[in-house]
Amino acid sequence: MRSRFTPLWLLLPAGIVLAALFAYPMYQLGLISVLDFTQAQVSGGQPTRFVGPDNYTRLLGDGQFWSVLLATVGFAAACVVATLAVGAALAVLLTRISRIPRLLLSLAAMAAWAVPAVSGSTVWMFLFDTDLGFVNQLLGLDGHNWFYGRWSAFTLVGAAVVWAAFPFVMVTLYAGISAIPGSVVEAAALDGATTWRTFWQILVPMLRPVLAIVVIQSIIWDFKIFTQIYVMTRGGGLAGQNLTLNVYAYQQAFASSEYGLGSAIGVVTMLILLAVTLLYLRTLRRSGEPL
Amino acid sequence: MKRVLDTVAVAIAVAVVFPIYWMVLAAVKPAGEIQSLHQRPWTLAPSLDAFRRVLAVNDFGRYFLNSVLVALVVVVLSGVLAFLAAVALTRFRFRLRTTVLVLFLVAQMVPVEALTIPLFFLVRDLGALNTLGSLMLVHTAFTLPFAIWMLRGFVAAVPDELDEAAQLDGASRLTVLWRILFPLVAPGLAATSVFSFIHAWNDFLFARTFIISATDNQTLPMALLVFFKPDQNDWGAIMAASTLMTLPVLVFFLLVRRRLVAGLGGAVKD
Repeated sequence: MRSRFTPLWLLLPAGIVLAALFAYPMYQLGLISVLDFTQAQVSGGQPTRFVGPDNYTRLLGDGQFWSVLLATVGFAAACVVATLAVGAALAVLLTRISRIPRLLLSLAAMAAWAVPAVSGSTVWMFLFDTDLGFVNQLLGLDGHNWFYGRWSAFTLVGAAVVWAAFPFVMVTLYAGISAIPGSVVEAAALDGATTWRTFWQILVPMLRPVLAIVVIQSIIWDFKIFTQIYVMTRGGGLAGQNLTLNVYAYQQAFASSEYGLGSAIGVVTMLILLAVTLLYLRTLRRSGEPL
Repeated sequence: MKRVLDTVAVAIAVAVVFPIYWMVLAAVKPAGEIQSLHQRPWTLAPSLDAFRRVLAVNDFGRYFLNSVLVALVVVVLSGVLAFLAAVALTRFRFRLRTTVLVLFLVAQMVPVEALTIPLFFLVRDLGALNTLGSLMLVHTAFTLPFAIWMLRGFVAAVPDELDEAAQLDGASRLTVLWRILFPLVAPGLAATSVFSFIHAWNDFLFARTFIISATDNQTLPMALLVFFKPDQNDWGAIMAASTLMTLPVLVFFLLVRRRLVAGLGGAVKD
């Protein structure tokens, strides 16, 4: 297996697929974002025209874009914080309970994790349905529509997201905590440390590499949520009140045929996540992980 | 204290499972109970009417097969390609190796949703709109970076001496690859497959974008939305369809539960 060209041959198939369906579309995204690209160009009626930064200036001057951007950041931040809090709390809880409850809780979490985003969305919609929803009937909120208000709609989508996302955090952190020698935690307990203090001053520092991965993954996932928003709020909510960047880009492109504008939004999304990724790489390097 | 925590944990487990229970329950409730303004958390007259409606009237079986087909092809293609790449990245030292690794890591972070627009035109120019092949291709690409990253840990765990010994015994490179390394990495491939499978199975965005007019080639997520109607949602059918969509993943997940965690650990630590 020790020829100079072998690694090249082994990497080639994956490389071709990624170049064609990953790198090339990324280049195309950038290209379309500086073109005048609407229905007329798509059908071939008019030639595409280079418009430079026009799409971007239009975007930056559009009040809705800023409102969507703010909503995306806020929504993602809330989801990340809630997912991490629930996941971390349950991971710690798992370490302190008996075998059977532990098995039950991890099986329940696995089940929630496995539910496809579309199915999860429909179930939460049904639970909170105006007339036939169990929650309204339980709370006696006759005819209350949860998707009417911007905040309550976002909260509901967020709940569905956290429900599906906390298991990953819980399982990963639990694996990390289990790998910490029990003697460390015992010594702390002997010295009279509370659970709270043990968590913050012993577990968190020792888990830093795992935590970094979990945090960054959550940020990236929650920032680009599409399915739950699209399905639960029917494509972005009343008058687009629940749009996030991804759904906004999609609607601009495929509903309004503003492909250039949609691509510009895509580029903005990508740049924001690229910044997060670079942060992640720096954390990885700092923690001294060999690649 | 422990007993209190145990109780809390069981209560949380029940709450977490509740939406899934509600979904299955609604799927087997008779139509009258679903329409009721007093939903009960049980049913005394379970019926398969909703499933019949979904499968017989709306040809859901076909969409189910489409989804299975796409997911299986993605799992196999992505698994084989990722295995080859992972071997290259762990068994060889070459220039730019670290660069390639970082590229794969960054690729995992790319919001593929943003690529919908250029991929739509790429697929259109290939004449592949409305085909299942378009979905297989893009999802193979999207699952590759993570699969490579995850498999790398599993390949690295197989001792070098093993393939060296096989080569000394006269085995060709190909033999070493398929007869020695591949079987030993199989558990890792199983864990990787779960992620690729779920990614392809759950996809809603690309199915919605690429499969425009050929209803025969729809996959489950889109087919499910048919039951949402402006006047009155057919909740029984929606929940039955959601249950059908969830079941394979649920079974798959619970079966490979332990491997999954081990695999994640490998990907996380390595």
